[in-house]
Order: sequence, then C-alpha cells, then structure tokens
Amino acid sequence: MTNVWVFGDDVNTDEIIPGRYNVTTDEQELAQHAFYEVCPEFSEQAQTGDIIVAGKNFGCGSSREHAPIAIKGSKVKAVIARSYARIFYRNAINIGLPILEVPDLINVTSDDIIEVSFDTGEVTVNGRKYHASRLPPFIRRIIESGGIVEFLRNHDISELENAP
Amino acid sequence: MGTLTEEILTNKLGREVHSGDIIITDVDYVMSHDTTTPLIINALDALNKGPWNPDKAVVVFDHIVPAPSIKAAMLQKKVKSFVNQSNISNFYQEGVCHQIMVEKHFALPGAVIVGADSHSCTHGAVGAFSTGMGSTDVAVAYATGKTWLKVPETIQLLTEGKFAEGVYPKDLILEMVRRVGADGATYRALEYTGETAQNMSVEERMTLTSMAVEMGAKAGMVQADKITMEYTGGQGNPIHPVNPKYQQTLEFQAEDIVPKIAAPHRVDNVHDIDQFTDLNVDQVFLGTCTNGRLSDLEVAAKILKGQKIHPETRMVVVPASQSVLKEAYLRGYIDIFTEAGAVVPNPGCGPCIGRHQGVLAPEEVALTTMNRNFQGRMGSPEAEIYLGSPATIAYSAIKGKIADPREVQV
Ligand code: SF4
Repeated sequence: MTNVWVFGDDVNTDEIIPGRYNVTTDEQELAQHAFYEVCPEFSEQAQTGDIIVAGKNFGCGSSREHAPIAIKGSKVKAVIARSYARIFYRNAINIGLPILEVPDLINVTSDDIIEVSFDTGEVTVNGRKYHASRLPPFIRRIIESGGIVEFLRNHDISELENAP
Repeated sequence: MGTLTEEILTNKLGREVHSGDIIITDVDYVMSHDTTTPLIINALDALNKGPWNPDKAVVVFDHIVPAPSIKAAMLQKKVKSFVNQSNISNFYQEGVCHQIMVEKHFALPGAVIVGADSHSCTHGAVGAFSTGMGSTDVAVAYATGKTWLKVPETIQLLTEGKFAEGVYPKDLILEMVRRVGADGATYRALEYTGETAQNMSVEERMTLTSMAVEMGAKAGMVQADKITMEYTGGQGNPIHPVNPKYQQTLEFQAEDIVPKIAAPHRVDNVHDIDQFTDLNVDQVFLGTCTNGRLSDLEVAAKILKGQKIHPETRMVVVPASQSVLKEAYLRGYIDIFTEAGAVVPNPGCGPCIGRHQGVLAPEEVALTTMNRNFQGRMGSPEAEIYLGSPATIAYSAIKGKIADPREVQV
C-alpha cells in the first residue's frame, strides 16, 4: 500500500532534517530523523514506494544536502511539489532524488490515489491528470546519468551547456 | 548591457550573457565549512578528484567549533585531514565562514563565488556574485573550478532616505523580507540600490545581503563603490550595472521604517515591534553572519553600558570573527557585555543552529539577531525564536522582554 505524505507550503530544511541531526552523512541514519518535528510518524512508517506531496517552496532554508539525502534514505518513490526552493531543487537533482514540480497541484489528501510517470511527467490524482514542469535538457542529462557525479565520471562539465 | 549579475557574468565569460541563459562559468573561490565539507569529500571521492586548485578553496570551521561531541569531532577530523592532504592553505577556525570570506578579501568586487552554505549570498555586499549551493554542486566546483548556472533575473530593492534614531539595516531587511515573501525572489538575484544602501558601510550591507536567501534569492548584491574599494584596499573589479532591466522594482523609504520583529516560525512573519513589546524573553543572542560584526556589537555595547541584563534573561554574544572579538575587546565592548552579565563564547556560528552555546528548552522564547526563526533551529521545536536588530535585542536583554530601542538614547 502506497502512503501519500502531504505537506503544506514553505517546508524548510530544518523541518526536513533538524540541524542537530546533521552530524552524519549516512543516508539511513538521516532518514530516521526525516520530518522528525513536523511529522514524527514519517520516519517510523514511511516505506519504499511512498509519495511525498507538498505545496510551494519545498526545501527552503539552509543549503544542507542532508535534507534530500534524508528523504532519499526513506525510499520514497517521488517528491511532488508545486514549487521548490532553488538550492534544494539542485541538490535533489544532483543526488538523484526523484522530484517533480507540478505548479497547479492542489487539495491533495493522504487518502488520494496517486500515480506518477517520470517518462511523461504525468501525475494522476484520483484519475485527474496533471503535468509536471518540463525540465531543461541539461537537467534531464544529469538525471539520466543518475546524478551529477555519475555524469562527470564520463563527461566534461562543459558538455552540459549545449546538452541536446 | 545588463544588471549587476549579467555584467559580472558577462565579464567572467568574456561574452555577453542575459538572464535565462544557462552557462558554465569559472569560479574565483569555492568555500565550505565543517558541516558541509564531509559530503563534499564523499562526492570528490566518488569523482576520484581533488580540488582543481587548492589555493582557490577556502575551508572554515565555524558551525560547531570547538567540537561539542565525539561525532562532530570525528567529522572535523575527517575534514582536517582532507584539508591537509589537498594542500588547502586557506583553512580557518576563527569565525563565521562568510565573515572570513569578506574580511580576508577572498570575496572581492566582480568575483564569482560558490559556497556550500545558503548564506553565501552575504559576499554580495562587496559587489561579488556569490551563491549558496549544496555539497555535490560545490564538490563539482571544487573538482573542476566551474559551475553551471541559469543567469537569474533581478529584483531591485531601492531605498532612499535616512533611518530614524533606533532603526537599523536589520529593520529594513526584515521589512524587505515581509514584502517580498519567503519565496518571492526564488531563482532571482536581488540588487540593493538607492541612497540608503549607498551610504551604508560594507558591514551594514552584509546585513542586507546575508538575508537575500530568506526571500529565496540566488544572490544579493550591492554594487561596488568608493566605500567598497576602500574596504578591499583597492582590490577587485568594481563592475556596475549598465542600463539594467529589472524584473521588478520595490521601493522603500528609510524614514518610514520602524524597529521590526520577525515572529515564529517564518522569517517573513514580520511586524512592527509594538505588537510584541512586553513579551518575556528567556534568551537573547547577538551574533551570526547577519549581525555579529563590530558595528553591531558597538550598538549593543552603547545600550548595555553600565546596565545589567534582566535576571530572568540570559544573553549570549558571539562575535562574527576573531578580529571582531579583538577589536571589540580593545574598545571595551567585551567588558561592557560581561559586566552586564552576558556570556561571550568563541567566534563562530554560536547557538545559531541549536547545537551548542545556548540551546533552547521547550517553551522558551529567544530574541536574536539571526536570519532565520525556523521551528527547532535553536534547540527544542517547542521553543520560539523572534528576530530583531542588535539594538532591539540589547535593550530587550535589560528589560527581560521585547522592548523598543527608540526608548533609549545612545
Ligand atoms: S551564523 Fe548562522 S546563518 Fe550564518 S553561517 Fe553560521 S549557522 Fe549559518
């Protein structure tokens, strides 16, 4: 059974992973404290394949990459938000956390049935279709490579500029 | 032709760039600190690379130093051996990383800087384009000396006039955050322009630029001028905007600004101070990359001179750097603080991220000069954090409750 975890607007990185738990870089350990204060059930009950749905400006605040890593460690299938804070967005793409930006998504509840296709960018909520914002080609290139580190293993950074 | 951001990046690339362009640019410096460097090391290991140029890297221990726990000590040990192995000589443990970057003139007019800390936008106070990124992005900059950027559009924040007594740049930036909103400048750059910003010292400008990220911005800048060039001793390239096209201009009048407070748990939850006067305060904290400099300590010292802190309130003063501490000591400010009953720990981030030197208990109320009042940032998630200017927090420390600094003559 897929759980849908619903959050509001402006969820900040201190809420995703409080600063006092950042004394590790371990994905699993960070995941144990994900959303510790705003949603204590998350770290106990989240399971592989769950979906996080949030409002505007998800991941605002500090540049800590521990935030997307903690979420990645919780094994969710996708994070869907109406918009993301800039640094979080870059971090998520760089580490290969599957995220989608769906600007017109509203009124999702934890009882909704959500399907996600990363290929088409289509998100279906109780049968109603939404479209995720199209990613610029170079970002798709990073994601297809499995993150920026993987990309740079085989390519030069300048290749991103004119990514087809 | 373009905004300050467009002009700086055009200069850097040697070809004209415009907002919306996706570019790969060389960086002048890469910066990271004790908390973000461990993940950078992991990413560099995965890339099988070291810093492209160790002299262009700056590593600062500031977030939790000296280490208060075995875990933190282990991470710092790991970073220190990376620093040694990579021959990084720009290694410091004498203050907040952004203060070090500006004070030691790594951040210079016209430079492009990438920092593994969201408040790297602070460096824009000297007319640099500096932006905060996550560890993997910064690792890429470490490894290649380059980063990718989408050239941002710019919002102009134009302020004319002079502040009234008791009103400071912090009150202005809080008002700016209120109007723009916590995500109102996402993906954009901010330029602080007008007479008010032009008359500010570099220290005061840093209070404005450090909070650019609180509006979601990629960078926050004040164009370099005579004041900047005096500060840098003539170093740097004072690039100016040329017929800039701003996405939006918001105007502010300094005379209209009154002391402001950001109330829990949002930085844009900003109100005039009179809505909070008489709220009891358990802890006040003066410091951080936003307000831990000499001019901030000076304002607070003038208010606290010969006074005692309220017996129910504790005060923590953390100078932004060793050099700030030294000068504050010579000028007698540290005596004033300690005689008033404040604690003055070593320079660094202090209690800003709730790990040491003043962690809050549930239901405690803190009034601080920090840039963020997020839930749980300073300790217990049930504690409350209010933000204000150095004058506001100093006067409130005496009263034991939020108090309007316009009541005191300094
Ligand atoms: S003083 Fe606070 S906001 Fe500034 S760098 Fe340190 S932790 Fe971050």
